[in-house]
Amino acid sequence: MRRLRRWLVAFGALLFGWLLRRKPDDERERDPIVAEGSPERGAENLVLVLLGIAILFAAGFIVTYAEYGVGRMPNELLGICLGGCLLFIAAALAVVAKRLVVTEELEDEYPQPHEQEQEEVAKIVRESGSRLTRKRLLLGAGAAAGGALGLALLTPAASLGPVWYTAPLDRSPWRRGTRLVDENERPYLADDIEGGSFYTAFPEHANKEDLGSSIVVVRLNPGGLQLPPDRASWAPQGIIAYSKICTHAGCSIALYRKPTFPVLEPHDAFVCPCHYSTFDPARAGAVIYGPAGRPLPQLPLLIDDAGMLRAGGNFSGPVGPSWWGVRDSKAD
Amino acid sequence: MSPDPVRDPVRFVDERTASAPLLRKVLRYLFPDHWSFLLGEVVLYSFILLIATGIYLALFFDPSTAKTVYHGPYRPLDGQTMSAAYKSVLDISFTYKAGLLIRQTHHWAADVFFASIVLHLMRVFFTGAFRKPRELTWIIGLLMLFIALPEGFVGYSLADDLLSGIGLAIAYGVALSIPIIGGPLALAIWGAPFPGKDVFWSRMYIAHVFVLPIVIGTLIVVHLALVAARHHTQFRESRRTTQRRLVGVPLFPGQTPRSLALMLGVFGLLFLLGGLVQINPIWQWGPFEPYLGTNGAQPDWYLGWLIGALRLMPSFDVTIGHFTLIPNPFWGGALFPLLLLSFLAAFPWIERRLAKDHSDHNLADRPRDAPTRTAFGVAFLTWVFLIFVFGSADRLFVLFGLSYNLLLYVFRIGLWVVPVVLFFVVRRLCRELQQADHIEEIQEAAEAEVEREYAAAPTRSGA
Repeated sequence: MRRLRRWLVAFGALLFGWLLRRKPDDERERDPIVAEGSPERGAENLVLVLLGIAILFAAGFIVTYAEYGVGRMPNELLGICLGGCLLFIAAALAVVAKRLVVTEELEDEYPQPHEQEQEEVAKIVRESGSRLTRKRLLLGAGAAAGGALGLALLTPAASLGPVWYTAPLDRSPWRRGTRLVDENERPYLADDIEGGSFYTAFPEHANKEDLGSSIVVVRLNPGGLQLPPDRASWAPQGIIAYSKICTHAGCSIALYRKPTFPVLEPHDAFVCPCHYSTFDPARAGAVIYGPAGRPLPQLPLLIDDAGMLRAGGNFSGPVGPSWWGVRDSKAD
Repeated sequence: MSPDPVRDPVRFVDERTASAPLLRKVLRYLFPDHWSFLLGEVVLYSFILLIATGIYLALFFDPSTAKTVYHGPYRPLDGQTMSAAYKSVLDISFTYKAGLLIRQTHHWAADVFFASIVLHLMRVFFTGAFRKPRELTWIIGLLMLFIALPEGFVGYSLADDLLSGIGLAIAYGVALSIPIIGGPLALAIWGAPFPGKDVFWSRMYIAHVFVLPIVIGTLIVVHLALVAARHHTQFRESRRTTQRRLVGVPLFPGQTPRSLALMLGVFGLLFLLGGLVQINPIWQWGPFEPYLGTNGAQPDWYLGWLIGALRLMPSFDVTIGHFTLIPNPFWGGALFPLLLLSFLAAFPWIERRLAKDHSDHNLADRPRDAPTRTAFGVAFLTWVFLIFVFGSADRLFVLFGLSYNLLLYVFRIGLWVVPVVLFFVVRRLCRELQQADHIEEIQEAAEAEVEREYAAAPTRSGA
């Protein structure tokens, strides 16, 4: 009997303790970090609808991709499907942000300077060198070694291109006697060149992509030419040639302008479409307008016995945009 | 203990990384609530989409100038000789399914990336958010913009179409024009005189898909770390926001769905653009040869100010006798952007000295609060904008029949006159607005006073 009573007391105590036990979960709920808000089933439904539509768009993308063949892809439909899917998920998230998430406005401190720590950092650095007697010398030597290592590591970059050697920029494939050919390697006859038009020519058997290759050829009235005395023979029958590459920034002189208003524009002119540098073919390629600083290099021409156009030598100056130390005339 | 789907993963992570205190802080990091603070996020999301679409494109792009003959669904170019690079971009556009969508979205994302950088920069400038203690964030942002410019340029140059080739020719001209080192530098980059060695293409490629994106990505991380360390600036919207105390929405749960919605919104819009609005149809330009050119060639919009500067610069080279020392492209193509970057980077210190203001600023100005800065900013932006507009002066000629020559002289003068006039107009406007605010405050205070008296009156009479 006594034993039973003891059991009952023990059981009662356990039950009492269990009833009074701490409820960590409840306690956490009682003191929330995130403020509570009221449920909104309408907004939840809206989110579900938006996500559902997004799924349909994603499926539409996959079906479009699978259904259509190469070359017949409806790019617009693909864009609408993928963009639409993303935009509907974005809309669902916007609803979550506006109506399903508690709007909290909390406060925080901007960080202030840590004066004690600043002082301590400085102290650590200063006190760490107590065994060094010649700090400056050691620091200097360290810096020098670092610099030397840096230089050594940078040296291989010199393989990228020639160092302090700009001779490649001067090279041109034109030699005395080189025939002028068109894009399909067909040689130009002097008679092919008609007045009022403009022809692109290249040196025979040369790489047409070299800046020094392409030239423009036009036929002008021989009486109207104003060339320097040493170039008097460079334009037989008034056929005259210049490098096609603008001396300003290296675009090709793709426009040939007929004078539309003779008072301001007395001659036909070469125009670069990039920055509108304009050159006068009758006056040795002089710059008549725009930012270019050098005249277009002129190529001397010859007409051989067969009536074909040949170069009479190299250009009058370096081809293409200028660089530090480039000469404004005279070629090799 | 019973399993808990939230607490258990958190415990797992904390027990292995000791990061619960950090997580606890990050979740409750505060964002001031203002729409203009989202512009920087748009930059980040465009960048993420650029990386994602860029990886896809890299799976199909061939950075090679080897000559090949095109045979494919795009009939007009069938049988034409072209570089493998150009052919692979044609294939991305026509042969690989959905390739065109990804390519156009990539290009649109680049354009939106720059647009949002510029808007973000303007927001930071006009609210004075660049001031101490946020100067480093400002400088890193500027560096990002100026490193992103060559990144974007190289990106559309890789396609090796006619337009990109013309752009590269100009870049070569500008590189050559740099004083003293220009010649060897351009030869080092291109490997040979323009159009350069074949290896130039792999140099551009590695720069575009690896070196520059990594630099930009690293700068983004540092930029964001600095923002988080100092917190955002905020407008003085209530008495609770002060120089020492910020008020805002916590990262979780408040800010997270907003930012995710913005991110997916940006993605969605860019895919819509990529699908519906054609951009850079390279098949229409044809392959590039150095001897080909076209009228109306324009760069992507974010480089328009540089072509404008090249076109506006009067013909002026530094020469000695028959030798050219500094050729013309240097002024507009290299010196102008370099000076602009240096000036903007130094601006926080310039303003500090001129305004004799060395204190910390956590409160953002409204533009009217700093009339001189705002006026200067408007003038400066207008100056750059006019240079930018002149970059397409030949299009103005085609569209409106305005003479290029006339426009050139109008812009050369207007460039200096309009910003000066705007400076005084805007400064005046700001001051007037300030005064209007002041009057309103006085009125409100007076009205409140009257109301209080009315409220007090009955008690007095009743007494």
